[in-house]
Amino acid sequence: MTDIIATNQTILVVGGGISGMTAALEAAECGKNVVLVEKNPALGGRVSQLYRYFPKLCHPICGLEINQRRLKQNPRIRVLTMAEVTAITGGEGDYTATVKLAPRYVNENCTACGECAKAVDAEVPDAFNYNLGKVKVAYLPNKMAYPQRYVLDPSIIGSADADKAKAACKYGAIDLDMKEESIQFKAGAVIWATGWKPYDAAKIQPYGYDRYSNVITSVEFERLADIHGPTKGKILRPSDGKEAKNIAFIQCAGSRDENHLRHCSRICCMASLKQTHYVREAYGDAGKSTIYYIDIRAIDRFEDFYAKVWKDPNVNFIKSKVAKAVQDEKTGDVVLHGVNTEGYHRYADSYDLVVLAIGMEPSVMGANLPAEIVSDSSGFIEADPANHAFFGAGCASNPLDVNRAVQSATASALRAIQVVNRVARVEGN
Amino acid sequence: MSDKYRNNFLREVEEKVEEGHWVKMCMQCGVCAGSCPFGPHWAHPPQEIFMMIRAGKREEVLTSDSMWMCTSCYNCIVRCPRKLPITHIMHGLANYAHRLGIVPKNQPTEHFATLFWNNLAQTGRVNELKLSLGIYFRDGFAQGVKNAMAMQSVGLGMVKAKRLNPMELFGGHGVKDKSGFHAMLKKAREIEDRRKPIA
Repeated sequence: MTDIIATNQTILVVGGGISGMTAALEAAECGKNVVLVEKNPALGGRVSQLYRYFPKLCHPICGLEINQRRLKQNPRIRVLTMAEVTAITGGEGDYTATVKLAPRYVNENCTACGECAKAVDAEVPDAFNYNLGKVKVAYLPNKMAYPQRYVLDPSIIGSADADKAKAACKYGAIDLDMKEESIQFKAGAVIWATGWKPYDAAKIQPYGYDRYSNVITSVEFERLADIHGPTKGKILRPSDGKEAKNIAFIQCAGSRDENHLRHCSRICCMASLKQTHYVREAYGDAGKSTIYYIDIRAIDRFEDFYAKVWKDPNVNFIKSKVAKAVQDEKTGDVVLHGVNTEGYHRYADSYDLVVLAIGMEPSVMGANLPAEIVSDSSGFIEADPANHAFFGAGCASNPLDVNRAVQSATASALRAIQVVNRVARVEGN
Repeated sequence: MSDKYRNNFLREVEEKVEEGHWVKMCMQCGVCAGSCPFGPHWAHPPQEIFMMIRAGKREEVLTSDSMWMCTSCYNCIVRCPRKLPITHIMHGLANYAHRLGIVPKNQPTEHFATLFWNNLAQTGRVNELKLSLGIYFRDGFAQGVKNAMAMQSVGLGMVKAKRLNPMELFGGHGVKDKSGFHAMLKKAREIEDRRKPIA
């Protein structure tokens, strides 16, 4: 079942988020064979965890749906989920990849009917919702999951729930004997679309993310606003479930800071400007947003978006990097302390909820990469000749928004295609 | 040349103030000002001082008592996203103002620092008794007696713990090679003046 037919003319794409999907599709639609490796049980990556995109405020379901359809139609792409590249050896045009496949315990007979989830009792933290809620041990990764197939959490094995799930399945899709496998296959070029992760907010000590329940990150805020999120789309604060109508956004939480991430993460300003729309959408004029910033970097043609939010009377801008946050234990409100650069006035302002516009760190930062790759001081993969046929795509190469990640992915597909074309000429076919 | 656009005072600070070349790196985020435990008590937080330097407000900066308020807690240094050595710049500015002789009269921190230095430079050891008396009697004899009486129990405690010797009033302890020590200080001053000349 996991036999892979791959040659030196195959392109390996590591990571199945929006960049990886795009790179795989662009290459495959040019007639190249592609293996797409994703470590999660479903494709879509962090884009699938967004509530809306900026600047048009449409739902990510739209962009993902188009890509999923292209994937289904294309026989040249082999998708491996719950798979991780553990080693890559060889050179340009002749790589050998070793991929570890984690057991899903659900085979392709699954129709996503959901009977197994109804049958089991145990719950585990919901990674899709940044652990803000829980899911059953038999679960569908998310509503838009591709492949539409349930997963059993490994903790289920050996428990009574395992037998209940198996008994509930009418299609013989549950296979409790699945084992971890390791496979090897060839590839001519490798596209690293390993994406990003939110910077560990607990490391920003003065903001108290690890101590205060009502200090959350921007990625968690996306899940609060989403109808498929832990609060069913209501913006409720974690401490007491109260409606959070007065919300502060702290920019550069981790970014542009030599003590944390030295780069500007580029997307956070636009993300917070976008998220003020969520507050307005939820509470109308009763919803107040306050953005604390060093300077707003609404990159490129997003200046209009910024100008519009600036005019909104329910959005307040304060030019200051917050020095300290303190949560009142009785009321649950969070007080922000600092000095306003415009006039150097000291403030201590109280909010229902504080959102840290958290910085973007390459996923592979700190991890042991299975290959030698040249990256910059922040860990983003460089376009360096020393990388041979390793190409960074999307947020693995730069902090990018979705639009630019897709452009970057297309560029990497073109580079990879050139490599496998050279291989084809040498091989004479 | 970017030098052309740099005002004279910023250039002066860069050349003559310890760590002054860092001032241009400040991005005005305000974390130093917000993190300073003394923040509410001084006229200009570091962030504002840096902006005033860049705005060429020489007089206001150098006669301000803000940099004298710094207690060297280092909160600003560890939190500065650009890693400016803010504490050191504050001390550098204070020192520069002192060397120029334009510190406001009776600046208490300057008074103490000068007293401490002169005390130490004589023998190479701090004479605690003379130092504390110097501070007590700063505002006249009557106030000095009052201060000394108020601190009586602390003083006696220190005598008992052998941290304060009443005989220090007559001479006091010092380093073995005093002339060598003075030669060393003189040389250090020469080097310092060459590195960051006042004129």
